Amino acid sequence: MSQVSLLTKECKAVNYVSGPLIFVQYVKGVSFGEIARIILPNGDERTGQVLDISKDLAVLQVFEGTSGIDNEDTRVRFTGQPPMIDVSIDMLGRIFNGVGKTRDGGPEVIQEVSLDINGMPINPYARDKPADFIQTGMSAIDALNTLVRGQKLPIFSGAGLPANKLAAQIARQAKVLGEEENFAVVFVAMGITYKEASFFMSDFEKTGALERVVFFMNLADDPTIERIATPRCALTVAEYLAFTHNLQVLVILTDMTNYCEALREISTAREEVPGRRGYPGYMYTDLASIYERAGRIKGKKGSITQLPILTMPDDDITHPVPDLTGYITEGQIVLSRDLYRRGADPPIDVLPCLSRLMNLGIGPGKTREDHRNVADQLYASYAYGRDLRRLVAIVGEEALTEMDKKYLKFADEFEKKFITQGEENRNLEQTMEIGWDLMSMLPEEELKRIKVEYIRKYHPAYRKR
Amino acid sequence: MYDVVKVGPEELNGEIIRLDGDFAVVQVYEDTSGLKIGEAVVNTATPLSVELGPGLLSSIYDGIQRPLPVLMKKSGSFISRGISVPGLDKEKKWEFVATAKMGDRVSGGDIIGTVKEFHIEHRIMVSPNVSGTIKEIGSGAFTVEEPVCILEDGTPVTMMQRWPVRRGRPYRTKQDPKLLLVTGQRVFDSIFPVAKGGTAMIPGGFGTGKTVAEQTLAKWSDTQIVVYIGCGERGNEMTDVLSEFPELVDPRTNRPLIQRTILIANTSNMPVAAREASIYTGITMAEYYRDMGYDVALMADSTSRWGEALREVSGRLEEMPGEEGYPAYLATRLAAFYERAGRVVCLGSDGRVGSITVVGAVSPPGGDFSEPITQNTLRIAGTFWALDTSLAYRRHFPSVNWIKSYSLYLGSIQDWFVTSGLVDWKEMRDKTMYLLQKEVELQEIVQLVGPDALPESEKAILEVTRMIREDFLQQSAYHEIDSFCPLEKQYWMLKVILTFYDRTSEAMGRGVALNKILKLPLKAEIGRMKEHAEVERIKSIIDEINKSMATLAVER
Repeated sequence: MSQVSLLTKECKAVNYVSGPLIFVQYVKGVSFGEIARIILPNGDERTGQVLDISKDLAVLQVFEGTSGIDNEDTRVRFTGQPPMIDVSIDMLGRIFNGVGKTRDGGPEVIQEVSLDINGMPINPYARDKPADFIQTGMSAIDALNTLVRGQKLPIFSGAGLPANKLAAQIARQAKVLGEEENFAVVFVAMGITYKEASFFMSDFEKTGALERVVFFMNLADDPTIERIATPRCALTVAEYLAFTHNLQVLVILTDMTNYCEALREISTAREEVPGRRGYPGYMYTDLASIYERAGRIKGKKGSITQLPILTMPDDDITHPVPDLTGYITEGQIVLSRDLYRRGADPPIDVLPCLSRLMNLGIGPGKTREDHRNVADQLYASYAYGRDLRRLVAIVGEEALTEMDKKYLKFADEFEKKFITQGEENRNLEQTMEIGWDLMSMLPEEELKRIKVEYIRKYHPAYRKR
Repeated sequence: MYDVVKVGPEELNGEIIRLDGDFAVVQVYEDTSGLKIGEAVVNTATPLSVELGPGLLSSIYDGIQRPLPVLMKKSGSFISRGISVPGLDKEKKWEFVATAKMGDRVSGGDIIGTVKEFHIEHRIMVSPNVSGTIKEIGSGAFTVEEPVCILEDGTPVTMMQRWPVRRGRPYRTKQDPKLLLVTGQRVFDSIFPVAKGGTAMIPGGFGTGKTVAEQTLAKWSDTQIVVYIGCGERGNEMTDVLSEFPELVDPRTNRPLIQRTILIANTSNMPVAAREASIYTGITMAEYYRDMGYDVALMADSTSRWGEALREVSGRLEEMPGEEGYPAYLATRLAAFYERAGRVVCLGSDGRVGSITVVGAVSPPGGDFSEPITQNTLRIAGTFWALDTSLAYRRHFPSVNWIKSYSLYLGSIQDWFVTSGLVDWKEMRDKTMYLLQKEVELQEIVQLVGPDALPESEKAILEVTRMIREDFLQQSAYHEIDSFCPLEKQYWMLKVILTFYDRTSEAMGRGVALNKILKLPLKAEIGRMKEHAEVERIKSIIDEINKSMATLAVER
């Protein structure tokens, strides 16, 4: 670690202000990425970070916005330190703003240690394989897109779809089978409304989990640029809780689309070459530096599981934000407006959903031996049934063969019984039971994805005998 | 230009990427936070190089050949900055067996001895630009830096060579790729094959199974060496490879797969500049083993991330952007990289032949194949495996779209199939492709008028293509038997399905109804083919088909 200089540099030469950026002249010895305090003429203090330095000009992004900054009396004090956050186990149950200052009116947290919010990349060699099945109690996730500890599994939502309800339900029900939970939730709000934030708060309160939650709140009316720092602060806390205090940490990040918008705002202010839809070309790397902070480490008990929520603008999955997220995260849960209208609750469209780490968490000894087969079969049959719906729209149901009618029925029932569950908390056995019941609607020889021995063992037709 | 420099008090590694009068622009391979104006930059006057020698196999490196286990020992679970560690273990002694004698004249590429690296004979070669007469040589235990041989003019030859990564290692001549790279994957081997020394690309949106395809290829390719580059991808994926490969056994040598594999991990949250270098680091190591006369497969996952690293650096240099912000030289760089693949006669007097097959994954944004990296790679790559999102949604894996994909090696490797005893492979493949193409046309009609409107003969085609899709093209990467399908089994599986089609057509020609044929127990039998390990059992299905179809005709 580099030494911290005792000398702080202060100057008054703000010579250009544009959007979230200020340019400071005649500064020497400023380092890249360091934090500065900006003191306004009226005595307000704000925080900025150095983005660019040249011979005697420094460019700073101001987290709390630049209104009120002038080019005469505003003073800038360089701290010589990277952005840090004071962390402590006492942060559980507290509410912070986007840059880690208390926001609930309580006393300041007494630091155990102060950490750089940018963290450092986990050595791939030091990573431990995520393998613990997390039972979320949601059939569409447990059976088909299993979540495991240390995974990052985003929820792709659309405007008006109940992603928050789903996330809250997962946070409430998630548990690892056969283990006493030593868990914590880090909740990160970026640019969401007060109503959405209070929904989560009252939900945690109802379940009595409030004192296990650290809130980071950057609401819709809070400064935009602060959002750049919010997830980093929160993940630094999460890392501290997971790898120093051995907690199983679930991080909920909502809404990543707002974060990316803040990123775009800075990029535009810096006059960078824009990439797709005006988002900066380095957005992939930037998002990776957030998402990749999930995981487990060899020799440590704790873990970080991420559940980012993002809104697909216009329900477009190819929009840069969901697209780049999908390339970094280990799968995705996609909500569908179509299913929502049909009354499915949660409206999870399982076809584009995926959990890349599923195979590590399921199978004999972890869940059930037939888990993989059942998941594959449900997927294949449901996909075929969905295809038929399109056909029915054109030629009518009468034109279908007997077999195809069965598939059509299967797809409907699958949505009604398997995906839809409301507030119910299903364990894996119940979920698999429903899956087998649904599959028994189809003739046995159509169940090609399932080993014959499993059919003999689990198929309702054989069990009844 | 391209010299390595050390920046600042922490001695961060960097590389000069632009010279302008008195100015040099340096890309730094580590995080630059905390650097100040006026800090010292020291030029090491050597280009970015890798250390080549025994000890590479089963190692895991970052993008600039720092062994990750050593980094972990030095800085713990997280990678901190300014750590310099050598690529090869300098302490370890290797048992060197001399094969050249005193007084032999040697030149670049000649083999002077061997070292056992797991089961692989690591051939110690004279560095490409050295030649002379051997004065001293002896077997024994040496470290990689100790001279194992001294030439007349006093030049010492060590087991370790250094080679700048941005320059291809020289070879004698290039040859046409004529041998099939057997991967044990039906859709790759039988339908869209790639030759040893060829290039292939796998583009696909997220979730289409690029990484699983790359890992499957790394597992089952019949090459002696595999270099796997995780370039800007997920950390947990590398962990997966790291924990799985030591346990998996190579079906050909019965050794753990890790013993033939070199891993390069530069995950997406590691510095961007090192990501740019990782591709070159990997291919230089591949070339080193190629020079020993081995077949090497190099998997790059994903080249899009590498292209994005180029774009990021180019953007910072304020270069005029080309398409979608990528630099104008993107196409040249991509071509230069893929051109380092090939089947070559190596340097050295014995005329040995080695090859590098490059398989590059491409991650097009939004799954849109018209973006620059996909398009530029398409112009160079010999085999195109297009992964399809809608197939992936249906859990059809590998999700290779059989209509869009192609292979340019069909003609050149046909002879190889013939000499391997699979004489009519080409005909069978063409017939399969014809049926699949026909299916697309028929599906369009079905979409309009419903399946009942089709004549019986065309319904039969739909039944058969469904078999091809579900029972042949689909292959589970996780099934204990199905994950690797030997070429002979592939051949007979396809033969069974095509025989079924032929007999069905014949029977229908005699007036047998399609329903009757489909009621035969054959369909289920064919559906379970992939689960059988024995080829004989699959061959026996052909007789069964012949027999039961014949009886059908009599019953009528």
